[in-house]
Amino acid sequence: MAEAALATTFAGRSRKLLDRTLLPVLIFAAFAVIPLVAAATSEQYVLSLVTRVMIFAIAALALDLIVGYGGLVSFGHAAFIGLGAYAVGIPASHGVNDALISLPIAIAASMLFAVATGTVCVRTKGVYFIMITLAFGQMAFFTASSLAPYGGDDGLTVAARTTVAGFAFFDNERIFYYVVFAFLVGAFLFARTIVGSRFGRVVRGAKENQTRMEAIGFDVHRFQLAAYVISGGIAGVAGFLLANATKFVSPAYMSWQRSGELIVMVILGGLGTLYGAIIGTAAYLFLEEWLSGFTENWKVIFGPLLVLVVVFARGGLIGVASRIRSQIRRRLGGG
Amino acid sequence: MSTAIFLVQVLNGLQLGVLLFLIAAGLTLVFGVMDFINLAHGVQYMLGAYLAVAFYGITGNFLAALVLALLAALAFGLVLEFVVFRHLYDRDHLDHVIATFGIILFLNHGVKVVWGAAPLSLPMPDMFSGSVALMEGLRYPVWRLVVIASGLMIAILLYGLVTHTRIGMLVRAGAANARMVSALGVDIRRLFMIVFGFGAMLAGFGGIMIAPILSVEPGMGDTVLILAFVVIVIGGVGSIRGAFVAALIIGLVDTLGRSFAVDILRLIMGPSPARTVGPAIASMLIYLLMALVLYVRPAGLFPAKGR
Amino acid sequence: MKTLGRTIAATAAFAIAMSAAQAQEKLKIGVVATLSGPPAVIGQQLRNGFNLAVKSLGGKLGGREADVIVADDELKPDVAVTKVKALIDRDRADFVIGPVFSNVLQAILKPVTDEKVFLISPNAGTSNFAGKECNPNFFVTSYQNDQNHEVLGKYAQDSGIKKAFIMAPNYQAGKDALAGFKRYFKGEILDEIYVPLGQLDYSAELSKIAVAKPDAIFVFIPGGMGVNFVKQFRQAGLADKIVFLSAFTVDESTLPAQQDAALGFFGGANWAPDLDNPQNKAFVAAYEKEYGAVPATYAFQAYDAALLIDSAVRQVKGNLTDKDVLRAAFKKADFQSLRGGFKFANNHYPIQDFYLVKVAKRPDGKYQTEIVKKVFENYTDPHAKDCPMK
Repeated sequence: MAEAALATTFAGRSRKLLDRTLLPVLIFAAFAVIPLVAAATSEQYVLSLVTRVMIFAIAALALDLIVGYGGLVSFGHAAFIGLGAYAVGIPASHGVNDALISLPIAIAASMLFAVATGTVCVRTKGVYFIMITLAFGQMAFFTASSLAPYGGDDGLTVAARTTVAGFAFFDNERIFYYVVFAFLVGAFLFARTIVGSRFGRVVRGAKENQTRMEAIGFDVHRFQLAAYVISGGIAGVAGFLLANATKFVSPAYMSWQRSGELIVMVILGGLGTLYGAIIGTAAYLFLEEWLSGFTENWKVIFGPLLVLVVVFARGGLIGVASRIRSQIRRRLGGG
Repeated sequence: MSTAIFLVQVLNGLQLGVLLFLIAAGLTLVFGVMDFINLAHGVQYMLGAYLAVAFYGITGNFLAALVLALLAALAFGLVLEFVVFRHLYDRDHLDHVIATFGIILFLNHGVKVVWGAAPLSLPMPDMFSGSVALMEGLRYPVWRLVVIASGLMIAILLYGLVTHTRIGMLVRAGAANARMVSALGVDIRRLFMIVFGFGAMLAGFGGIMIAPILSVEPGMGDTVLILAFVVIVIGGVGSIRGAFVAALIIGLVDTLGRSFAVDILRLIMGPSPARTVGPAIASMLIYLLMALVLYVRPAGLFPAKGR
Repeated sequence: MKTLGRTIAATAAFAIAMSAAQAQEKLKIGVVATLSGPPAVIGQQLRNGFNLAVKSLGGKLGGREADVIVADDELKPDVAVTKVKALIDRDRADFVIGPVFSNVLQAILKPVTDEKVFLISPNAGTSNFAGKECNPNFFVTSYQNDQNHEVLGKYAQDSGIKKAFIMAPNYQAGKDALAGFKRYFKGEILDEIYVPLGQLDYSAELSKIAVAKPDAIFVFIPGGMGVNFVKQFRQAGLADKIVFLSAFTVDESTLPAQQDAALGFFGGANWAPDLDNPQNKAFVAAYEKEYGAVPATYAFQAYDAALLIDSAVRQVKGNLTDKDVLRAAFKKADFQSLRGGFKFANNHYPIQDFYLVKVAKRPDGKYQTEIVKKVFENYTDPHAKDCPMK
């Protein structure tokens, strides 16, 4: 009996290891190969679409960090994307358009905003946290809309992508694609390290039982704030990349509907796995692109689809996949 | 800043507040009793307006359209509860968010398919279509007074229902501790259904009453939804009294803020910057207010006991 | 030797066949418009107008069969960029028509024109692309955003209005609107208000208007916002005392909701359904028959865009490879526009007449705008002089 139990534990652990490395590797391999496939068909369009998927995947990843692991549902995360984007747009309108300047500004601005708003937010929990993050997101949105010299509600076009130390690397679509890809992999690995670290374990512990963590002696609010700030910074990077991808910056990037879509992307994939966020983003945006080709009323189909996913597919797509896998294993292995 | 304008703005603020209360009441009950975040409440408000337009097209009578639309809104709410929400009560809040978000997408585009994308109009009953002279040169539409009055009546009715009837007691108990109520032998499923249906009807009523003043179009519920959530957070989840007070405060702050922000700012900065910054600040006021309230009272002004 | 000769002949034949095939190949037109959310009705009018034109030309533009692909930009500039790239790259669109909104135009102009694909806007006509940033691959069949507002400014000035109260939403188009009005109106501006975009309840502003007692108000309040404002203005009892001047606030997309509330209100436009020429009469009748609604400017401008493409493609005999020749054909604008005459200025924006229009109810119960008088004749927009193109 004991041996059987031990055997299954080992099998289970190695299976989990397989999940944790194999699946992300497969995902990244797919992303890496796409430009080669695209060259055969409609390259510009495919690159532009998948670049957009990767950029939002970075933001979704950042959100999963605090939602999936920290239990803090931010309904204002689009604000960080917007801040990162404006970090490109505003200097560009004054003639300064270099990544070595704009990227640090993007990260710094997002983290500052996260610190300022996060100190208020982490004092609340549950639906109150959701609402207060929404409020701050809205404030960012209205401020950006009133910035008349920077386009206000209409937004700002950026003449060209940011140069890197003076070289126009990003102008080549393929190079830009792989740059975004590098950022995605980097963000994923960074987030993974955080989650597995002592810091990450405190945050995850706080999600399960905050009182217990405080009883052990951790200043939970400080840890949650730090996680929120890191998450904001990563999302700011996504904004920097988005401004480069579309050469356009607008308050619309910060609307509450965008924050909502981000949450849907994370949950669709499956919370708390990081690669789930990537899968969820890809699923959402590809589905959107595919369905809108059929009819202009595709949301009438998309809406109920989301409902069905929630009702029947617990744990998102990852959850469904693992359930299917264990079903198959059960049928084949005989228990 | 004359007294005339101020008086009108106070009335307008009350009208907005009353409308927000109609929507927030159902929302706070559903959240309080069933612990269910219903983002689809905004589309229920929109649906009420569309149904009223449809029934008015058939009957040509506002009152008939009102009654029929209310019944249809109730029916629709119950169907929604039965088909979707019932499966999600014991799930995470996040699942509620996604499912109701999906319903928003479905209905916002569904009404576009059924009724077209162009804004529609609902005429108000002739009896109330005039305006009263409040002051010299200033006329105030009678219908807006009707909206305020009906909202206040509903508030009193709800208060009576919640405090003086058995159902109301069960609702209050459910908001405080749903499991205990169920353990005491009450059919919690039926209670949920009643709360949900009633909330849907209230939201629909709000939509119907406001339709003669505002245009009926797809997506009209989205801004109102956010405001309603701000209301229940400030008022305290699960509390009708909190929703009422918070709704009036928000209605007044938002309206007075929008009207006077530019004028007040003009005293500090020049007229031109005031004109662009003013509207932005005015839009942010209620969020600043919410942040302030949550900082001081993290559970809202009148939290239902036991939370 | 013989085989070489035969190969050459075969290749030549193949090449000729290919170019003939290109001429026979379907012409792909991408239409990008806002088809979701509250402004969807405008995008629908645009799409309907374009499709109606293609249908009336027998499904062909310039002799080539036309394949119209419609994309919804959802009023999101970044989504629009992806959609436009899909149209050009994946669908191989030869032309892109659209968009409805100025901010989408800002986002998509470069992605389209940089690919040497012509962008034809049947609605958005921002000042920057009319002036310094004018683009050889960009054509407009509507107007430059300032012009319609200038119509009302001139009318207000000429008709003896002394005190005006003006209002618009707080974004670039709104500011352009009020600036355009003030360019011609030299009377006293009692107050200039910018409301947040999307504001639906105008009780605050209406009280200010009532107290200020202007002779006239000028507003630019489009879409659903306009529906609400007009209804509330009438409900407040102000319509009898104050002349209502507006642009894009009372038009055929909002009149079905505004109905009697908008009767007698003024607007400014480059066209109205009752414009008296045979092609317009045919267009309005056909549109109403096909879509059951009265067409607005969005529809007729899209119709004209299709006619423009038809004339140009016909001129180059279906061969789009030489862009300079194609551009010259476009500039000639040799087609029978629904508005009567049509010419492009140097910046590829139209030179056209502008009218004061008034809302009226037709005998069949439908509402439309009707021409009161011509205010500007052969009017070039004020930014054309800043455009370096000739």
